[in-house]
Amino acid sequence: MSVGSWDLGPHAAFILGAYGFTALVIAGLVVHAILDRRAQERALARLQEEPPRGRR
Amino acid sequence: MGRLTRLAQPGHFMRWSGAVLPWVAGLAVVLLAVGQYLTWFVAPPDYQQGETVRIMFIHVPAAWMAVFFYGAMAVSALGTLIWRHPLADVAQRAAAPVGAAFTLICLVTGSLWGKPMWGTYWVWDARLTSMLVLFLIYCGLLALWRTIEDPNRAARAVAILTLVGAVNLPIIKFSVNWWSTLHQPASILRMGGPTIHPTMLYPLLVMIAAASVLGIALHLQAMRTEILRRRVRTLTILEAERLDAALLAPQAA
Repeated sequence: MSVGSWDLGPHAAFILGAYGFTALVIAGLVVHAILDRRAQERALARLQEEPPRGRR
Repeated sequence: MGRLTRLAQPGHFMRWSGAVLPWVAGLAVVLLAVGQYLTWFVAPPDYQQGETVRIMFIHVPAAWMAVFFYGAMAVSALGTLIWRHPLADVAQRAAAPVGAAFTLICLVTGSLWGKPMWGTYWVWDARLTSMLVLFLIYCGLLALWRTIEDPNRAARAVAILTLVGAVNLPIIKFSVNWWSTLHQPASILRMGGPTIHPTMLYPLLVMIAAASVLGIALHLQAMRTEILRRRVRTLTILEAERLDAALLAPQAA
């Protein structure tokens, strides 16, 4: 199999599979880090803005 | 030491890590770009492995990060058990998923390299098995955190299990020397210097640096989020207590 200007040989699927899997896991880590931070920031903002219900 | 302790206070940590994080993340992107350029355009195919050697440029950095994060967790476990530092457990908790992810990358890419080179995806070789054990320990630690509700008890239990699991680190490193393994012996960190040709060694070292900086960026971000999560938990408990007190007050009157 050839990619771009060079031939990856008979084991191209294994090479691309390894890089694809790695990219997927790294992307997953980055996306999870961003979404998790946003979720905690939202929760914290809600708790800090909300007036104490017991004193209403 | 006093300055280090001050930097490790959660409030201080949030301030300096917030300032440093964009630079660390940016450096990780640059190093990854350079490393990938060297991997695909500079490093030659191996005379025996051919193009399959390119898997090494992600497999070896992932293996290094898998072991590095566990080492960092073991140091943090000492911080939790001996000094009872609040940031030690935060650091350990944040490191576990990142370390587990790199261990998984190491196992999968090694397996994808093994099939064309060894003729099999997996062998119960000492190096491969000890890396699998490391992945299972990571999973066990993540599960233990979720199982114990009280954060202080969870921190102590996880710290003890982390230190027990640290026995696996020298086994991973020296497994290729202690036992007859299919996995090749050390070719970078060894007496007498690296055995890899510079045309492959330098791209590999850049990729290791890239993975290290990326791992540190992910860890810093995860630590910041973990501190926020703990603030949310504390505020939620305080809110629940206030609500309980308000409900009980008319009954007492």
